[in-house]
Amino acid sequence: MGDIKFMKGNEALAEAAIRAGMQGYFGYPITPQSEVVEYLALQEPKHDFVLVQAESEVASINMVYGAAGAGARTMTTTSSPGFSLMQEGMSYIACAELPCVVVNVVRGGPGLGTIQPGQGDYFQAVKGGGHGDYRLIVLAPNSVQEMADHTMLAFDLADQYRNPVLILSDGAIGQIMEKVELPDPVTTKIEKPWASTGKTPDRPRNVITSLYIKPEDMEQKNIELQAKYRKIEASEVRFEEYLLDDAEVVIMAYGVTSRICKKVVDLGREKGVKMGLLRPITLWPFPVERVAQLAAQERVRMFVTAEMNAGQMVEDVRLAANGRKPVYSTGRMGGILPTPEEILDFSLQHMK
Amino acid sequence: MPAKGYVEIDKEVCKGCNLCVLNCPTKCLALNTTDTNSHGLHYAYQADEEKCIACMNCSVMCPDAAITVYKKTE
Amino acid sequence: MKTGYEKIYERPDTLLSTRMHYCPGCMHAIVHKLIAELIDEMKLQEKTVGVCPVGCSVFAYDYIDIDWQEAAHGRAAALATAIKRMLPDRLVFSYQGDGDLAAIGTAETIHACNRGEQFTFIFINNAIYGMTGGQMAPTTLEGMKTTTSPYGRLAKTAGMPLKMCELVSQFDGVAFAQRVSCNNPANVRRTKKAIQRAFEIQQQGLGTTFVEVVSNCPSNWKCTPEVSLQKVKEEMLPYFPLGVYKEPRS
Repeated sequence: MGDIKFMKGNEALAEAAIRAGMQGYFGYPITPQSEVVEYLALQEPKHDFVLVQAESEVASINMVYGAAGAGARTMTTTSSPGFSLMQEGMSYIACAELPCVVVNVVRGGPGLGTIQPGQGDYFQAVKGGGHGDYRLIVLAPNSVQEMADHTMLAFDLADQYRNPVLILSDGAIGQIMEKVELPDPVTTKIEKPWASTGKTPDRPRNVITSLYIKPEDMEQKNIELQAKYRKIEASEVRFEEYLLDDAEVVIMAYGVTSRICKKVVDLGREKGVKMGLLRPITLWPFPVERVAQLAAQERVRMFVTAEMNAGQMVEDVRLAANGRKPVYSTGRMGGILPTPEEILDFSLQHMK
Repeated sequence: MPAKGYVEIDKEVCKGCNLCVLNCPTKCLALNTTDTNSHGLHYAYQADEEKCIACMNCSVMCPDAAITVYKKTE
Repeated sequence: MKTGYEKIYERPDTLLSTRMHYCPGCMHAIVHKLIAELIDEMKLQEKTVGVCPVGCSVFAYDYIDIDWQEAAHGRAAALATAIKRMLPDRLVFSYQGDGDLAAIGTAETIHACNRGEQFTFIFINNAIYGMTGGQMAPTTLEGMKTTTSPYGRLAKTAGMPLKMCELVSQFDGVAFAQRVSCNNPANVRRTKKAIQRAFEIQQQGLGTTFVEVVSNCPSNWKCTPEVSLQKVKEEMLPYFPLGVYKEPRS
């Protein structure tokens, strides 16, 4: 049994990172994620990790690159505009196959936007916001508990696949306070013989790089990366279901919106409409197969996606449903939380 | 016989930049302007061993570490 | 070896046998050689992590037999900061050109220096973008013609060339800053001593160490290696004076 605490989502994430054995944190303050760096700054003297407040998100992500390449468990956290600044680094890290955890506590955009919660960075997170063909493992917590649990999981997945893992949270999950059972600290250390730590006589020099100047080498690197991504797709899909067994209407939502949509399902069932919720926990790899199964079932009449954006995940749902059932998209933009009634009304209108 | 020292220049490593020749205080090095190495480049060589004083100016300047320097033992 | 002679200089072990891609007469290669010599002499191979930049020296990891990390353009100081923080007992250096260190990476350079990050900057200033084909650099001299300043750099619109040694020596975090060149044997020997000094001060944990090498680029300056050395002496060094700009407090 771990410690039970009442914490903000951002603080739970920070505490979990310490317990996951994070050795280096590099970040830059931005609302609504600043509590992470503030919490870590308070804790730093009591623990064995290094914290650097960098001069920018560009510097933070490259410090993460350096620390990961040196074999350390490392993390940075930011919010939307900061994550945009990190995209070059994300691409380099993905190609150099460096394990690290990056957290985007999303706010409303585009541009400087608003500091209220948003989900407008879905495309950037799952389609690759930087250049070239690469994938991040993307986790979408919807509670303070999951902010902690996903952080532990993220460090493990990063090390297991030598791949950056993104926690795509949002301003609501980052800021709310809830009860959280904190995980036990990790004590085992993972061997990283590939890390650049000083060349010993027993091995050739280690070079952390994403440079493959010969196109044949670059193609081979891409083939290897794609093979890894297929492996991740086969093993790491995670989702949660709520009342899907007899559902005629499948609501799909992640993060804070998924909590609203549970209420939508309850309200719908009160009105006699058989609704259910499919909530992706990993946004990449996406639960393509589960969506396809549901789309193939006769009783399922339609899908409704609810997001705090103009409709981004809906594209992945449509791809997975592959034209077998209609997929409708609703939600609010600009940092406004949709109400359960709004989503329910939208769904009922499309049932007529 | 060389007086104080001599050098060996790896002609395959040499790019013919001439920095060794220019910085030799006794002018004992020269660039071979008739022959080329396998990279198609002219290369430096020690034209006059007698004059070499093993000062290492050539090896210090050589960007490609193509020069080995020998000194007469006392 | 002829009898009666001893070997007093040979290619350092840490300098790999791979043929360096640098143009004939390029000082990048001289500095690589000096770093390899120091790693051998100071027995640092097992302790050293280098950070290479984007620029002509992007392949430095193919030439010097140590562990490396390849940084994005301008971000070497951010990588080096984190590497040294994670591995404080290692010797860490960044190897950067003028575009990398003084244009796109200026913020990382200045803030690493200001925080007093305990690594060594080796800064190759040849006043031009070599790898991309001779464009204007932040250190291009006034009036100097490049492919993006074909009529000569105009101070009015491009500003004057940045003097990085003078700039970084202002920060309390910087323990040692020296500007050197490799345009003659005496200066090459001084460059080696400066890098050695920087490594030693790093090992003593006194602060950031910074060695600027006023360098050449025969290909993009469109001259012979010989003329490039004259240009270093007559054009570069009057604007970028050699010397020690910062010493550790005794």
